Amino acid sequence: MIAQNVVFGILAAAMGLSAIGVVRTKNVVHAALFLVVVLAGGAAQFLLLGQEFIAWVQVLVYIGAVIVLFLFGIMLTRAPMHPDESLDNNLRWPAAVVALFLAGILGGLFVTTFHAESVDARQALEPARTAVVSDAVFRTYIIPFEVVGVLLLGALVGAVVLARKD
Amino acid sequence: MLLNQFLLLSAFLFCVGVYGVLARRHTVLVLMSVELMLTAVNINLVAFGAYHGDVIGQVFALFVLTIAAAEVGVGLAIVLLIYRNLRTSDLDDVETMKG
Repeated sequence: MIAQNVVFGILAAAMGLSAIGVVRTKNVVHAALFLVVVLAGGAAQFLLLGQEFIAWVQVLVYIGAVIVLFLFGIMLTRAPMHPDESLDNNLRWPAAVVALFLAGILGGLFVTTFHAESVDARQALEPARTAVVSDAVFRTYIIPFEVVGVLLLGALVGAVVLARKD
Repeated sequence: MLLNQFLLLSAFLFCVGVYGVLARRHTVLVLMSVELMLTAVNINLVAFGAYHGDVIGQVFALFVLTIAAAEVGVGLAIVLLIYRNLRTSDLDDVETMKG
């Protein structure tokens, strides 16, 4: 239990600092690399919770594919590779106020509502096995699964239509 | 482990994502901030799934992840289109619809 909390603390600190890096850095490529740290930390948190399938899907889909897409987008729009002051607009302080306000509300709600509930990864491990996940996806949630498949096809066709040169 | 620590982490990530969406001007960086918010939601779903000992949290996080991937694909296609037509990737320069 203590070890899990220590691992959580280290991961959470890395994720929080990298998240701030994503929104504060002056270099677009660095923002993408900070995002890799946040997403890998998220996958590690999923493993810590005993949810292995979603952790490896996160590594494959997010770190493997989405980040590559982002880097392609950065390069194709000829974003500045050197530090650039013009990445932020002049809404920095209003945005910070909104974010702090939202953080206060969410944090207060969580602290008052779930102050003592604990989660045990060993207890969660058995019902979270990949075989159980596949049973749930292909039996209980087969219709949403198929709808998501059609949505992905639509997104694929739409992206090709939007991005191709006429 | 307390359930709260995962929820507070995800709330923090979500708020950082909100700040990024509001304060960033480069389109790709705005999309990255949206990804931060979606990751926060996924952590919430998985934490509640583990808390209830149910697989549904993982299944829903899977759907959210799939839709996030589709969103990034279409979003970057739109960013490319804006860049090709307006020669800019700056959101403040995209003001054709402004009255």
